[in-house]
Amino acid sequence: MPQRLPPFQVLLERHSEDVWRMLRAMVGVQAAEDCFQETFLAALRAYPRLRADSAPRAWLLTIAHNKAIDHLRRSRRERPGELDAPGEEHPVADAAVWRAVAELPPRQRAAVALRYIGDLSHREIAATIGCSEAASRRSLHDGLETLRRKL
Amino acid sequence: MSDPLARALRAPAPQAAAAAARFADRAAAEQRTDLAYATTASPLGELLLVSGPRGLVIMHYLDGPLEPALEQIALRRSPRIVRSAAALDPWRRELDEYFAGRRRRFESPLDWRSMTPFQRAVLRATAAIPYGETSTYTGVALAAGSPRAQRAAGNALGANPLAIIVPCHRVLRAGGAFGGYTGGLHRKHFLLELESLSRP
Repeated sequence: MPQRLPPFQVLLERHSEDVWRMLRAMVGVQAAEDCFQETFLAALRAYPRLRADSAPRAWLLTIAHNKAIDHLRRSRRERPGELDAPGEEHPVADAAVWRAVAELPPRQRAAVALRYIGDLSHREIAATIGCSEAASRRSLHDGLETLRRKL
Repeated sequence: MSDPLARALRAPAPQAAAAAARFADRAAAEQRTDLAYATTASPLGELLLVSGPRGLVIMHYLDGPLEPALEQIALRRSPRIVRSAAALDPWRRELDEYFAGRRRRFESPLDWRSMTPFQRAVLRATAAIPYGETSTYTGVALAAGSPRAQRAAGNALGANPLAIIVPCHRVLRAGGAFGGYTGGLHRKHFLLELESLSRP
């Protein structure tokens, strides 16, 4: 039986903005709403099985990451060649940043987003993306390198 | 380079709050969550209402902060609880009408399952006391089929999870003394007066 899990509403209020930021970086503002709803529905379904001592934010960001990857796979099948996360809705000053982020391969994009939005450690990033710690370090490094070159 | 990147990625996401509210309403409407809650203002102070798929589970006076109350509910009932005013609308509307003197019976469904059989019997007997009338602890014990269990009936009423709606305020001590009330005697007094039955 679950013990001492906080009310789900507490997680929802505390972490919804970071989940939204993560999805905004991964799939863009347009698709973020659907992914956000899917993320929290999946989280609510699995919540009673979450261990009370695990970190809920990293857990939610992992689910958000998975939903974003599902979405990217789907849209690549449906609209091949299109950019995932065009930056039109963002402030003009940041448009270049968003375009550069959207052009990163998904794994690098996820590593960069988790680092900057989630403040996650390399190990947590690796667990979230589902790869080795070495691979996640490399993704983060390569992603930041590309961004540095473009911006 | 890291500055504009950090600024963009960490920029506020004002859409998140509305998306979270949409999520909670939908989770309640589609019965994806075990429980939904809302608070509502009343002449007797803030009220906390909690519903599940089968009806209202909890309605009590919210005299302290909300968060510990929710934590208790998460612990005892289910941690899958979200805030949805829409989900609690039927009961909130009935309570508003009751406090305005325009409603004498509560009709939206109640969930009796969390109660022991004895408590359920006592509270069902209590729910059958008509608006504006009163009974006694002995009376509801008798109606619950345990005529000698007044004290146990008193305990069952004291632990009534559905205050006001299951009108435990209509149960007095034999001889007309007020008896107790979990929400405080001034509230019992107020409710009986509202129903024009206040006795000194």
